[in-house]
Amino acid sequence: MAEPVVTEKKITLSKHDRFKVAWRTQFLQGSWNYERMQNGGWCYSMIPALNKLYQKKEDRVAAYQRHLEFFNTHPYVTSPIIGVTLSLEEERANGAPIDDAAIQGVKVGMMGPLAGVGDPVFWFTVRPMIGALGASLALGGSIMGPILFFVAWNIIRFATIWYTQEFGYKAGNAITDDLSGGLLQMITRGASMMGMFVIGALIERWVNIKFTPVVSRIQQQKGAYIEWDKLPSGHAGIKEALSQQAAGRTLDKVKVTTLQDNLDSLIPGLVPLLLTFLCMWLLKKNVSPIVIILGIFVIGIVGHVIGLL
Amino acid sequence: MSGISMVLVVIVAFFAGMEGILDEWQFHQPLVACTLIGLVTGHLTEGIMLGGSLQMIALGWANVGAAVAPDAALAAVASSIILVQGGQGVKGIGPAVAIAIPLAVAGLFLTMIVRTITVAIVHLMDKAAKEGSSKMIDFWQYVSICLQGLRIAIPAALLLVIPASSVRGMLEAMPAWLNDGMSIGGGMVVAVGYAMVINMMASREVWPFFIIGFVVAALSDLTLIAIGALGISLALMYLALDKGGSSNGNNNGGNSNTGDPLGDILDDY
Repeated sequence: MAEPVVTEKKITLSKHDRFKVAWRTQFLQGSWNYERMQNGGWCYSMIPALNKLYQKKEDRVAAYQRHLEFFNTHPYVTSPIIGVTLSLEEERANGAPIDDAAIQGVKVGMMGPLAGVGDPVFWFTVRPMIGALGASLALGGSIMGPILFFVAWNIIRFATIWYTQEFGYKAGNAITDDLSGGLLQMITRGASMMGMFVIGALIERWVNIKFTPVVSRIQQQKGAYIEWDKLPSGHAGIKEALSQQAAGRTLDKVKVTTLQDNLDSLIPGLVPLLLTFLCMWLLKKNVSPIVIILGIFVIGIVGHVIGLL
Repeated sequence: MSGISMVLVVIVAFFAGMEGILDEWQFHQPLVACTLIGLVTGHLTEGIMLGGSLQMIALGWANVGAAVAPDAALAAVASSIILVQGGQGVKGIGPAVAIAIPLAVAGLFLTMIVRTITVAIVHLMDKAAKEGSSKMIDFWQYVSICLQGLRIAIPAALLLVIPASSVRGMLEAMPAWLNDGMSIGGGMVVAVGYAMVINMMASREVWPFFIIGFVVAALSDLTLIAIGALGISLALMYLALDKGGSSNGNNNGGNSNTGDPLGDILDDY
């Protein structure tokens, strides 16, 4: 018995087609709207594939329309979903009985869990980390800061888009089982750990608060400070002063201890930590971040005027 | 500022506006946007430094679900234009950062307006789909991206029209205590971004990582890359141990000889 399937010509998406889709995915959020969110960008991304798979006008109309349904997730993790949808559309174009509901079901089923991975991994771990690295270089005026941020970010981003789309395309329907499995959950957990570790470090390093009130002034003993009037003149004097300082002598006769010095001897960065906890508490009380930010500026100005900061 | 610089600034602003919604290449992040504006106006170093300061504040700003974050694009573009026009050099970075914050709020409202306009645009896309015209769907996608670009490009152009002398006059009229106070506020305001990130990620499991990170950061010999490497290693170790522990737990039921020699010794003891 001859199989009739053999005579049917099979349409497949080439690597080039899939790359075109991946490129277009980068404009996913361009038409973000309050009604169906990323639907326009989604349809826009799928168009090269849809046009290749469907030649008849009524097929195309149906395809465009089913890809203008509601969609919203993190922009980069859209790619594995695109990949799966591409493989479904390809099978459908070759005659497999896949209806609109199945395709929409896969999209909606995947976007929730994946958004839960994309946000902590990209917005709360990778971007703060690379951003802080670049910013810390930039604060010193180094052009390497912005370049490092831009290049590193875009390599990671496009690699994610392309490889996860390919992964989704090859795994096809099977990926939906994977989602409930351990892998995604492990990535999210690992990213959260990493992110929290770095955030802890960043708070210590980059939140600046200095309390200026003087706690004590102590007259130091002879020999604990540099006696400027007894130094030799000229560069010999500078050299002598530097070597005395290196030996542990202080610059002034009076040792001034500010409130900040006392706090630092407890643990460096204690006040920034407390300030962060305060902000977290306010945010949980649904105080708008904007209000908190403006409030902190007011505190900074008032604190400076009364001599506290 | 020369005519060419002005045109380039508006182009940079346009890119920043597009990216503010696309969130892909990150042209709207202060580190990139401020640097580019510094570059095209011949104030590269100030631009980079402003970008660094603003980036620290904007680290935790992200649009998640329905939550709305301040808009980094307008903040970065407008504050760097003001920095350049003010002509105070590096000294002007503190006030520029402070000015950027209300602008971030203004940018937010502009985004919301454009996102509402695009509702009408997707209906036009529906119509194009009905006619089977993929060209028109593409076209409307480009139109809405351009609208987002104009969202920042227009305010930037308006700022450029204000004469540099009046920007300078306004900045110089600010008393020193206000300037210094704003710089101090800028040092503290970074905490809000971190707090937003922590609120998103914190769980009982990850708090120890936070504490270790915080304590370790006091060792000033460690660069951020070293800290990052330490964090990755700790997370990997934790996950590996966790996985090993649970699979051991499952396998050990039958024979307790495999897997964990030290555990066996302790059990026997």
